[in-house]
Amino acid sequence: MTAARCLFLPLLMLTVLVAGLGTGSTGLSPLRLAEAVHGGLTAQERIVLWDIRLPRLFLGLLVGGGLAVSGVLMQALFRNPLADPGVIGVSPGAALGAVIGILLGGAGQWVVMVAAFFGGWGAVALLTRIAQRGGQTDIARLLLAGVALSALVGAITGLLITMANDTQLRDLSYWSMGSLGGATRQKVALAVLTILPVMLLAPRLAAGLNALSLGETAAFHMGHRVERLKQTAILMTALATGSAVALAGGIGFVGVVVPHLVRLALGPDHRVVLPLSAILGGALVVLADVLARTLTAPAELPIGILTALVGTPVFLQILLRRPA
Amino acid sequence: MRISRRALLLASGLAALPLRAATAPRVVVLGGAIAEIVAALGAEAEMVGRDSTSTYPASLLSLPDVGYVRALSTEGVLSLAPDLILAEPDAGPPPVVEVLKAAGAKFVTIPGAPDAEGVLAKIAATAAALGRESEGALLADQVSADLAEARARAAEVTKPVRVLFVLSLQGGAVRAGGQGSSAEGIITLAGGVNAATGFTGFKPMTDEAVLAANPEVLLVMDREGELSITHEMIGAHPALGQTEAARTGRIIAMDGLLLLGFGPRTGQAALALNKALYGSGQ
Repeated sequence: MTAARCLFLPLLMLTVLVAGLGTGSTGLSPLRLAEAVHGGLTAQERIVLWDIRLPRLFLGLLVGGGLAVSGVLMQALFRNPLADPGVIGVSPGAALGAVIGILLGGAGQWVVMVAAFFGGWGAVALLTRIAQRGGQTDIARLLLAGVALSALVGAITGLLITMANDTQLRDLSYWSMGSLGGATRQKVALAVLTILPVMLLAPRLAAGLNALSLGETAAFHMGHRVERLKQTAILMTALATGSAVALAGGIGFVGVVVPHLVRLALGPDHRVVLPLSAILGGALVVLADVLARTLTAPAELPIGILTALVGTPVFLQILLRRPA
Repeated sequence: MRISRRALLLASGLAALPLRAATAPRVVVLGGAIAEIVAALGAEAEMVGRDSTSTYPASLLSLPDVGYVRALSTEGVLSLAPDLILAEPDAGPPPVVEVLKAAGAKFVTIPGAPDAEGVLAKIAATAAALGRESEGALLADQVSADLAEARARAAEVTKPVRVLFVLSLQGGAVRAGGQGSSAEGIITLAGGVNAATGFTGFKPMTDEAVLAANPEVLLVMDREGELSITHEMIGAHPALGQTEAARTGRIIAMDGLLLLGFGPRTGQAALALNKALYGSGQ
């Protein structure tokens, strides 16, 4: 059992690496990957490997990891197993930004990305101000205001959608289901700057989040600076999720379910849950992307459909095997 | 006259076949109207892939489908090893197009608005990209003749018919073709008047606006299954059922790509619609 556990992570990483680089609609198979080391690839194979598959692999790992870590932070902060970054307005705000970007800029991908990122930030900034009470972030207030703001932002998004033309509507529906299809080195660089620091630094909040699960007062008496903890968690979530949604569109399921997967398998200690969620979230998104680009090749499926299709059976199986 | 021109077109296409076989480029087409033009130029055998909107002629359906034209996959297109990619300006997303352009295949964007002049521009650009200028000129002549005939017929119309194009009736909501839509374009070419005013593109129209527009003819797409709009559905609809078109039973169903595609069959589509609206003799 322990041996199996020790082997699980390296094996998973190897699978992700080989599947991410060695599958796709062109003939560049895992076997040909060995050739890459010796420089025996054709010009087109080099483009496929270095310009298409490698950026997709890294973007998938970062986006998935960022979403999963955000999910852990939100669930710990709200002490609610169903919380996700949508609760503090990041994803609805980013969706509104993306709709505005698509209506204004149309094909201009950068417009959509920038608008989505700042849409997410704007919503979080507004909410945290509303939730401030006497220098403290009131979590109950944050939750209620978040529900209200999500409804408002959803309504504005809907209003804008009625003004969209057919092309824009199709762009929107594809955006809302997410894709790593437009992965470029620049996008990976942006993800490295915004999401990677959150993935690496989040485990430092683990002790505080563990204490927070006993309640804010208990955490305070255990010597944790609760207000700072809350604000850091919100900031990290806004940064990681805002960036993930801006770079890859709406990829559902990862943020809510990956943290539960890890908790069901290894218990609730955040020192374990945070780093493992980062890894598993990334692995799930990369594997879902492999299916997205091979199932209907040479066409491509939106990845948001596949994260749920791949993840739900795994999640249910673990849930069923768990002793009552 | 037209028959002989078509025969000439076919003959020139056939004559060119053995010459091209040795160096035939592998062409991927991204856009339904362009695919129609490629086929009409006799270059269908050079096509190795298409997007999901390229469905005419039906023989194209057996080619690999790289997906919706605005949600393409870089590797999917490259897996077909194209030498030449013919794309409509909408093809995307942009990062995918950028990589495709860098990947070695010749990437040609075919311009052209959804109107009569746009069709001719598309034909010229497609023919040039394929190196089939003479076939292109013949096709353009033929399409111009069709369009001229349609315009002449439209000019003879003394009392234009008010036509409402209904795209769908999802949940009872009438989605109609408004100002500047491709539906309005073809209705105008056929000598009709778009009954839907006050909005652009394809949008849901309120029942009261449908009643106020009171179209004399309803134009729908000839589709199978759940998406089809039947006479019964129109008769039972609270607003459409009360229009003059429904009372007189003037409901025209035509193939969607023929009607709205603005490919080389646009002139024929306009003539067919004109005939359906006004009969063969005025």
